[in-house]
Amino acid sequence: MPDEIGGFDLSPGHSEEEAHVLAVDDSLVDRKVIERLLKISSCKVTAVDSGRRALQFLGLDEEKNSAALDGLKVDLIITDYCMPGMTGYELLKKIKESSTFRETPVVIMSSENILTRIDRCLEEGAEDFIVKPVKLSDVKRLKDYMTREDRDGNEGRGINKRKLGEACDVSPSFSSSPPSISSSSSSWSAPSSPTSLDSPTRRLKTSTCD
Amino acid sequence: MDGVVQLQRQLLDYTALLFQEGFLNDQFTQLQQLQDETNPDFVVEVVSLFFEDSERLLNELANTLDQQSIDFRKVDSHVHQLKGSSSSIGAQRVQNVCIAFRNFCDAQNTEGCLKCLQQVKNEYSLVKNKLETLFKLEQQILAAGGSIPM
Repeated sequence: MPDEIGGFDLSPGHSEEEAHVLAVDDSLVDRKVIERLLKISSCKVTAVDSGRRALQFLGLDEEKNSAALDGLKVDLIITDYCMPGMTGYELLKKIKESSTFRETPVVIMSSENILTRIDRCLEEGAEDFIVKPVKLSDVKRLKDYMTREDRDGNEGRGINKRKLGEACDVSPSFSSSPPSISSSSSSWSAPSSPTSLDSPTRRLKTSTCD
Repeated sequence: MDGVVQLQRQLLDYTALLFQEGFLNDQFTQLQQLQDETNPDFVVEVVSLFFEDSERLLNELANTLDQQSIDFRKVDSHVHQLKGSSSSIGAQRVQNVCIAFRNFCDAQNTEGCLKCLQQVKNEYSLVKNKLETLFKLEQQILAAGGSIPM
C-alpha cells in the first residue's frame, strides 16, 4: 500500500520549478542514459563524471567554487557506486557529513547486487539503491523522494528506515515496499537478472571497489 | 507508400530476430522508449558512445593481457566497465561474456581470459554489425518519408 503518510496531492500550481538532480557516474554511456531518463521525467540535470567533481559542484571541496552556493538548489543526488577515485559510498558519506546537503536525498546505483553493499549504503543514509541498468520506472519512483522530502522533511526518510528495520532479511515481502529497494526485474531478493550469474561472495573478495 | 510498409515490416522482423537470438534485451527497448521528436537520435547517440567506449576497452584489454605479468585487477576493471555499458544498452550477449570473463579474472586464469577476450570481441563485432544494420533500415524508412514503427 503506497504510503498514506505522504498523502499530499501535488496541486498543479505547486512545482513551477523543475526538480534539479545531480547525477554522478564515470561511465559516459550511463551518464547519457540517466540524463535522458531524468529529463524525460521533467527534471533538470547536472551530470558529472566523478565524486570529486560532484563535491566541487556542491561546494563541499576545499575550493568552495559551487554552483549550488549560487542558489542553484539540488533536490536529489544519484550516484554510481563503483567509480575510480572516490566511490559512490565515499561520496555519500561526505554529503551526509555536510551541513548544507545532509538532508538532500542520495540514491546509489550499482550493477552489482550485493546485499552488504546495499545495507552499508542505506545505513549511511542513502535513500534508495538501484540495481543497474536503470529503467524509467526506477527514475519515476525517485520523483517521490524529491516531492516527499519537500513536504515531510525527515519523516519521509524515517518511514524507509523503519521498513528496512522490519525486513532486512531477503524475503519476498520486502520487495513489495514501494519506497525502498529497487525491486523491478533486478530484484535482489529473487535474482533472475543477468547480474545474478555473478557469485556475490566471490565478487566481494576481488571486487575492484569495495 | 508500399516500399515504406515493406521496410517497416523488415525493421520489425529484424529487431524481433535480434531479441530472439539474444543479441538485445529489454534494456534496448527501454532506450527506444526514451526517443521522441525532441530527441530523435537518442538511441543512435547512446549506441555510438557504446561503440567508442567498447573499442577503447577492448584495446586496453588486449594490452593488459599482453603483459609478461598480467595485472588481473586491471583486466577485471576494464571488463567491469564493458559489462556495465553493454548492460546499459541491452547488448545481452556481450554482457554475458563479460560475466564469464570476470570469473576468469577472479581465478587469475590467463588462458580463460584470453579465450573470453576473443569471445567478447566476436560478440561485440556481431552486435555492432546488427545494430548498424538496424539503424540503416531506420534511415531508409525515414528517407522514404515513413516513420519508425515501435
